[in-house]
Amino acid sequence: MPDQKGRFGDFGGRFVPETVMPALHELEDFYTRIKNDSEFQEEFSRYLQQYAGRPTLLYYAENLTKYYGKAKIYLKREDLLHTGAHKINNALGQALLARRMGKKRIVAETGAGQHGVACATVAALFGLECCVFMGEEDMERQALNVFRMKLLGTEVIPVTSGSGTLKDATSEAIRYWVTNIRDTHYIIGSVVGPHPYPMIVRDFQAIIGREIKQQVTSFSSAPLRYVVACVGGGSNAMGTFYEFRNDAATRKIGVEAAGKGLGAEHAASLTLGRPGVLHGALSYLLQDDDGQVIPAYSISAGLDYPGVGPEHSFFKDTGIASYVSVTDNEALAAFQRLARNEGIIPALESSHALAYLEILMPGTRPDESVVVCLSGRGDKDVQQVSKVLEGL
Amino acid sequence: MSVLADKLSANKAQGRKSLIVYITAGYPDMDTTLAAVLAAEAAGADLIELGIPFSDPIADGPVIQKAAVASLAAGTTPRSCLELVRRIRSQSQIALGFMTYINLILSYGPEQFARDCREVGVDALIIPDLPPEESDLLQIPCNQHGLDLIQFVTPTSTAERVAMACRSASGFIYCISNTGVTGVRAIDYSAVVPSVELVRQVTDLPVAIGFGIGTPASAWAASRFADGVIVGSAVVQLLETKGIVAVKDLLSSIRQEIDKEGQSDASVS
Repeated sequence: MPDQKGRFGDFGGRFVPETVMPALHELEDFYTRIKNDSEFQEEFSRYLQQYAGRPTLLYYAENLTKYYGKAKIYLKREDLLHTGAHKINNALGQALLARRMGKKRIVAETGAGQHGVACATVAALFGLECCVFMGEEDMERQALNVFRMKLLGTEVIPVTSGSGTLKDATSEAIRYWVTNIRDTHYIIGSVVGPHPYPMIVRDFQAIIGREIKQQVTSFSSAPLRYVVACVGGGSNAMGTFYEFRNDAATRKIGVEAAGKGLGAEHAASLTLGRPGVLHGALSYLLQDDDGQVIPAYSISAGLDYPGVGPEHSFFKDTGIASYVSVTDNEALAAFQRLARNEGIIPALESSHALAYLEILMPGTRPDESVVVCLSGRGDKDVQQVSKVLEGL
Repeated sequence: MSVLADKLSANKAQGRKSLIVYITAGYPDMDTTLAAVLAAEAAGADLIELGIPFSDPIADGPVIQKAAVASLAAGTTPRSCLELVRRIRSQSQIALGFMTYINLILSYGPEQFARDCREVGVDALIIPDLPPEESDLLQIPCNQHGLDLIQFVTPTSTAERVAMACRSASGFIYCISNTGVTGVRAIDYSAVVPSVELVRQVTDLPVAIGFGIGTPASAWAASRFADGVIVGSAVVQLLETKGIVAVKDLLSSIRQEIDKEGQSDASVS
């Protein structure tokens, strides 16, 4: 998986302008070569350990476990990575790839700013030029990350077209890439976009699930019944699920953003979308009857995306994983609950995965265990959350 | 052969450069689009590309993006664009293609879309986010209903890719002048020579150059290297700022300019 045309079942593919097709083939060929190149893998692994801080902890959340009084809850602490989220795994892998391909510049899109910060960071580390497209609205709600990127020497370009969020930033990044295709590598931030990106990003994030599988056995003999992760584009979820894809005993649950409710504005592409093409891939998509993309909404900038990675669409249709959704308010409650119970402030994105515990836990048993991917830390969200909570 | 292919191939045979004009349908409204199409024809256009606006046009620059947003806000849909073609056809038989993005067609149903296009009198489909690797889903319905599915070559296309694009091509070959999105800018058009030569090796289809052309001078510069030129953003921009008369004036000047080149070609050969 995927097949030669970059399809996961019916999903995926390469729906992009001809100008970038040769670059996609070049990337695929190059990636296929280095995938089994031990020198590259050792280099990647060294940076993950010594620079990013892998392996990340699998933390037994004893207080949260007591709070629900059911299965044991473990948190996969991707929030403890350098730059504060799982995004650095992919950014490091792709920057190493770009460097080997002889590209001088990287371009990226960002929603919450975590992927942008990760790219700005690796660009500084490897001496690459970097420019990041970010929706105007997102720049406002994630001002801290904008400053971090600038501090790291990255040019942050505001995007005002469309809804001024992640969708439009991605379109602008693709346009920039089309224009500067010869010397620029596009580091897409999630398991989305044209083939081979969903596969590459998945492979660079799959270390999350591999570590979970090892770590959970050293903790307890309680069978791992559930792995839970939030889904926007779906990179931390794919990273968490992939190792368990053939493991039916471990249920994989992706949590989408239901925003203000599924009957109102939301970002639940897998739950309520239908297959369509956005940003180069066929996948579940929020669109109207004509096929015009409907802007997504979520309190969390990182989940505010109307599409989703094509392999998640495949996982949904084949039942490999299941997908649910929680609202802004449920995520906000989970944000505070983790802070109070465990002394950990989660990202609003990850708070969606935590929020689903409210529904999941009552049906679990004390001799089972649950892993939640804590994909990022919440420092970036504190200001936004304080505004919302004061408004209540 | 389709009407479009007939027209452009006849032009090529006569040494007349083809003028292809892109207009975003429904911008600012359908009546203006109809008038603009007729004005373009009167000014000497050979083919009209009607843009069906899409919410996320990744191959388009700011001018056409803005027009798409405005057109969508005014209520333009694929169906209303088909209706527009019906109206155009009551007054004009100019060769006409739809330019749009694949998702709208997937949503409509490729087979049904090709059928409805044929029924109202559309000659071709131009889909910038449908490379040869993915084009089967539309190529088959287009073949069934006698529509040309236009193929692209770009400065980054390898010889292998040009051959692949030309293998299934009909109508004409859309040669993108440089790496980038639609929009008027200064370009060294001689950079297209390698891709045009690759095309010439594998097909006799006419080659038209697009992206960046917005003035008589740039149209002339580009036309020296191909069989036709495509003008888009400049026309859309004029529709916004100055209206139909200005569009007609610009296209007439472009026609004059590229005709000079056509004659000199003929006299040389």
